[in-house]
Amino acid sequence: MSQDIYPQLKEIIQPYLPEDVNPDAISPESHLVTDLNINSTHLVDIVLDVEDAFDITIEDDELDKMETVSASISLIEQKLAAR
Amino acid sequence: MSKTRVVVTGLGVCAPNGVGIDAFTEALMQGKSGIRFFSELEKLKFSCQIGGMPLISETIKSNYFTPLQLRNFNSAGILYGVVAGVEAWQDAGLPIDEETCDFDSGTIFGVGSLGVDKYRESIYKIDEGNTRRLGSTSVQQTMSSGVSAYLGGMLGLGNLVTSNSAACTTGTEAILMAYERIKYGKAKRMLAGSSSDGGPYVWGGFDALRILPSKFNDQPTQASRPMAADAAGFVPGCGAGALMLESLESAQERGATIYAEILGGSSNSGGQRNEGSMTAPNPIAVRRCIEDAVSDAEIEASAIEVINGHLTATTKDGLEIENWSKALGRSGVDFPYINSLKGMTGHCLAASGSIESVASVLELKQQFLFPNVNLNEVHPEILEHISESRIPKKKTPLAFNYLAKASFGFGDVNCCLIFKSF
Repeated sequence: MSQDIYPQLKEIIQPYLPEDVNPDAISPESHLVTDLNINSTHLVDIVLDVEDAFDITIEDDELDKMETVSASISLIEQKLAAR
Repeated sequence: MSKTRVVVTGLGVCAPNGVGIDAFTEALMQGKSGIRFFSELEKLKFSCQIGGMPLISETIKSNYFTPLQLRNFNSAGILYGVVAGVEAWQDAGLPIDEETCDFDSGTIFGVGSLGVDKYRESIYKIDEGNTRRLGSTSVQQTMSSGVSAYLGGMLGLGNLVTSNSAACTTGTEAILMAYERIKYGKAKRMLAGSSSDGGPYVWGGFDALRILPSKFNDQPTQASRPMAADAAGFVPGCGAGALMLESLESAQERGATIYAEILGGSSNSGGQRNEGSMTAPNPIAVRRCIEDAVSDAEIEASAIEVINGHLTATTKDGLEIENWSKALGRSGVDFPYINSLKGMTGHCLAASGSIESVASVLELKQQFLFPNVNLNEVHPEILEHISESRIPKKKTPLAFNYLAKASFGFGDVNCCLIFKSF
């Protein structure tokens, strides 16, 4: 499953990267804020884009489960499985 | 008071008849109108279905904003303000340092209504119970200080970064306040300007006041007729203007091009007393504002050669001319030349003062007067005070040094600036 999610998630994250961060820098281990330098206020936009792309709802208290790319993939998998 | 002199070293503009200084200068010289018909206003049953709105291509947008900044972006006033503000900064030859903050440079960038379309988009979501879906940028796109906040970050400004608001006086007031900050030695450089949203949600209130022309929907470029006997109300507009102000010392150290000097100015209010009200000026205050500006500039009223008026094409144009005439003690052929940009751009509301100041500075630098367009017959009330020869209908080359610019706004507020060639 995560094989499909990863490229889609990368595409979602890409527009929020600062101009000096190369999209190739995104890896499963990347921390969105500390590694990729994404402005933390944009995490809410990434959540909305993820919700639209996968047709799931992410609760406010689940935001801390989306700190890294791999944690986000796990959360999305979990949500998809619970649907 | 210190002897610090303040000069204009950069200009930027986003006007209905020209985006960017080159296009705008060309438009001024040719008397080009920026007034268009809007089918959206017709659909919404506006009486006045025309207006002035800058045309900004996607290419221009991408020159000033990153793709990330343009994501979910829907704030015209910020777009106009950033395009004008960054142009003025770059026109002044100032670098954009991505690393350090410049504590000697700041901005006062005024607004009237800002981010109205973004607000509307948010209100719909909120009313549907979808507040969480607003996204991360609805605050910054709708807050009154939105333009100064965007510019502050883009340019790395470390001095005062704020926004003033005083209706149609906003732009002129921003320039005066920025001038004063440099004069007081609190900043070396200030980006002064103003911006206004446009479109139905901003213009609707004026349409409801029945002060906009309704008979020109099929001939938009003819509609704005300042000083004319057949003036039919003001045409609503929007956009932004920006002036880079700088201490003379700083400008000369940098070897910057100097467009003009600001000698002084004044702002006041008529307190909505005498004939003044929320919407009409107290003439005593208007005259006092002009007199105080002249005295602040330490010149004689007789030195003023050109006036860039507020002159919106309503019934108040005659009173404005009378106020200028009495304040300066000059009438007939002795009156300065006077023109109004609003014939070409309409009334750009909070942006009018800054856009018109940009036009004034261009006239001083290039030594010409832009034409008063759509002026066939001057209103008889105006001719009671001044000679028709003082109201150029064609572009006129003119060697001159002193120009007065004033703006007046709702709330009975006034502001007047004195510019000098350099």
